[in-house]
Amino acid sequence: MSDIKITRRGILKGGTIAGAGLAMPTIFTSSAWAGGHSGFTNAPTGNTVTLGFNVPQSGPYADEGADELRAYQLAVEHLNGEGDGGMLNTFSSKALDGTGILGKKVEYVTGDTQTKSDAARASARSMIEKDGAIMITGGSSSGVAVAVQALCQEAGVIFMAGLTHSNDTTGKDKKANGFRHFFNSYMTGAALAPVLANAYGNDRKAYHLTADYNWGYTTEEAVKNSTEALGWETVAAVRTPLTQTDFSSYIAPVLQSGADVLVLNHYGGNMVNSLTNAVQFGLREKMVNDKNFEIVVPLYSRLMAKGAGANVKGIFGSTNWHWSLAQGFTDASGKKVAPDAASAAFVKSFGEKYGFPPSQAAHTCYVQTILYADACTRAKSFKPSAVGEALEGFRFDGLGNGPTLYRAEDHQCFKDVLVVRGKENPTSEYDLLEVVEITPVDQVIYDASIFGGELGGFNNGA
Amino acid sequence: MDAILLQILNGLDKGSAYALIALGLTLIFGTLGVVNFAHGALFMVGAFCAVTFQRILNISFQTIDPTKKDFLGNPLKVDTTYIESWLGPNLGSGILDWAVPISILFAIPVMILIGYVMERGLIKHFYRRPHADQILVTFGLAIVLQEIIKFFYGANPIPTPAPEMFAGSFDFGAAVGLAEDTIIYPYWRLVYFLFSMGIIAAVFSFLQFTTFGMVVRAGMADRETVGLLGINIDRRFTIMFAIAAVVAGLAGLMYTPINAPNYHMGMDFLVLSFVVVVVGGMGSLSGAVLAGFLLGILESFASMKEVIAILPGINQIIIYLVAIIILLTRPRGLMGRKGVMED
Repeated sequence: MSDIKITRRGILKGGTIAGAGLAMPTIFTSSAWAGGHSGFTNAPTGNTVTLGFNVPQSGPYADEGADELRAYQLAVEHLNGEGDGGMLNTFSSKALDGTGILGKKVEYVTGDTQTKSDAARASARSMIEKDGAIMITGGSSSGVAVAVQALCQEAGVIFMAGLTHSNDTTGKDKKANGFRHFFNSYMTGAALAPVLANAYGNDRKAYHLTADYNWGYTTEEAVKNSTEALGWETVAAVRTPLTQTDFSSYIAPVLQSGADVLVLNHYGGNMVNSLTNAVQFGLREKMVNDKNFEIVVPLYSRLMAKGAGANVKGIFGSTNWHWSLAQGFTDASGKKVAPDAASAAFVKSFGEKYGFPPSQAAHTCYVQTILYADACTRAKSFKPSAVGEALEGFRFDGLGNGPTLYRAEDHQCFKDVLVVRGKENPTSEYDLLEVVEITPVDQVIYDASIFGGELGGFNNGA
Repeated sequence: MDAILLQILNGLDKGSAYALIALGLTLIFGTLGVVNFAHGALFMVGAFCAVTFQRILNISFQTIDPTKKDFLGNPLKVDTTYIESWLGPNLGSGILDWAVPISILFAIPVMILIGYVMERGLIKHFYRRPHADQILVTFGLAIVLQEIIKFFYGANPIPTPAPEMFAGSFDFGAAVGLAEDTIIYPYWRLVYFLFSMGIIAAVFSFLQFTTFGMVVRAGMADRETVGLLGINIDRRFTIMFAIAAVVAGLAGLMYTPINAPNYHMGMDFLVLSFVVVVVGGMGSLSGAVLAGFLLGILESFASMKEVIAILPGINQIIIYLVAIIILLTRPRGLMGRKGVMED
């Protein structure tokens, strides 16, 4: 053993090799888009049609990706006439008949986005080139959605976005071939601010902690603008690194700032940690400016709420959909809201198959698949331009969010937005959030031009 | 003044975690000469010992509550833990509440076993190989360990709360004569800091005041000569590897109430801990501890909004910036011995 020569230089060299290996992109290909072309990329020629489900199967959002995949598998079952049909029974469009899409049985391939833009593009590219996928859908991050959407535009296939909340996806980075059912930061701000003002008053001082990337910025801006319009003052907005795990050094100064509300513009692991840290520091037990100190989490997901555990109790946020709509609820004003039949149908299908209720990510992915299939059927074509035109301006109901519009100008869905609060007495690990208000779509709609970007024209590819 | 004191306090608990991981890394590096990139994974495995123990304590039987419905409209199945059923709701829930501290008793043998198997089963085969090989194999091992954890526990963070009596925070500012609510500090972070100091003191005492420790220190200085004296230094170094695994594991376990554990938490700490080791001085135990606290505190200062306003982005690079400055001005690190590992 004495002949071992240990040097710092050697270690740094070894570390560099390991780091370079880790950073190597997964796939580089330069071949043209494959497939039996018939006027558009991957035109189906046999009696099947292949959809590409691009979800995080590894990385920090793997659990969310697994739920998305469950929903996609359920949607494929329902499209092919298996199972109980789920929301096909409640969907306002009756074009789908359980015989696949345009008589072709639906098959699917999956890819792993790893929640990394380059990996997501590589897996989407592989599904289009090698597997002949005619539509790509899925994802749990706006960065991934924007990257894959651009790739699909280039490749000439439709992209039905999964969970992506940044304004940019259907704002400055919008593409004609891309469609988003999920709501966005602007809608969160517009829906949440009145509920916050109602609950906490108009004279509040907010301190924002914001994840230092695109989604964080758009969410901070949306919540700031909406709350300031109702009289709140923004004391400070501090950017936190995406890789941050311990937020104590960011949270500890909050009380000294004079703020009486902390807004955590964080998602996923960032949100779980920052909220846990904020509760540990006892912020919610403090009185500032003669008011109870409050915490707000603009974008909730059930999986995040599960990670944060009891820390979410009583904390307001927003969500695209929640399984409790299936049971009905009593809103903040005491008004009883009846169970939603579409949500009930989806929760029943999903719950009986998998044993637990679906997440909002699962819901949006299921809906996107159904909407794509329906658009193909109504357009009587798989051609992206025909499908896109069928989706543009499409008004529908019966998919869990009430009456919804796929706006033609930016390919963004507009529907009511749910404001939720962490439940005080959950009955199970899935029963963590309660819907306190359904904000009508009229309150969250905006002019399509405010976020810039050019939709461009449809690309049919080959 | 308040803000400075506040960030020093915040840096202490973060520094405690860095110091404990770096201490274990240095122990392994100093004794076995192995650059162990799987050390962060041991921190993560320790945290999941707490999760596992919590799950064991929460093993339940189900009863039907006909008055409530589940999400499918069926009568609600209510879970009752066996421990509450056997020991009564007070003692049972008390034990559940103290799951994290009690899990130390579970984690110590588990970490010793993992450390022993890791060293004997894999790492010993790489003693004579270049550092690049060691880094690659231990890095690979770290990925395997985290994927195993992800397979069994999922990718989502798992809440692992501190006992109720340590759940809140206290007004440190008022305690030292400052205005109320200027410096608040969570109880559990104080517990974590004190626990870390205890572990660090125990490791140093073990090495300094026991015969075993004396032999290990002699082996660290000159392994060949100690071997020539007829002492089985390899066996002692294997034990030191297991001790380093326990230190990392307990650091991870006690960290779980601060941040909900997930499969990736080891990687989050690993790179920073290597920087801590290099800044402290490769092979210097006291250097690792000092640099751990120093960098933890500096990281806290760099995240002050006043500092970010002057130097945007400094919070993201401060640790690496300090590492560059120290390596340029003092290549052997803060407490590394002159001439040791400087080529």
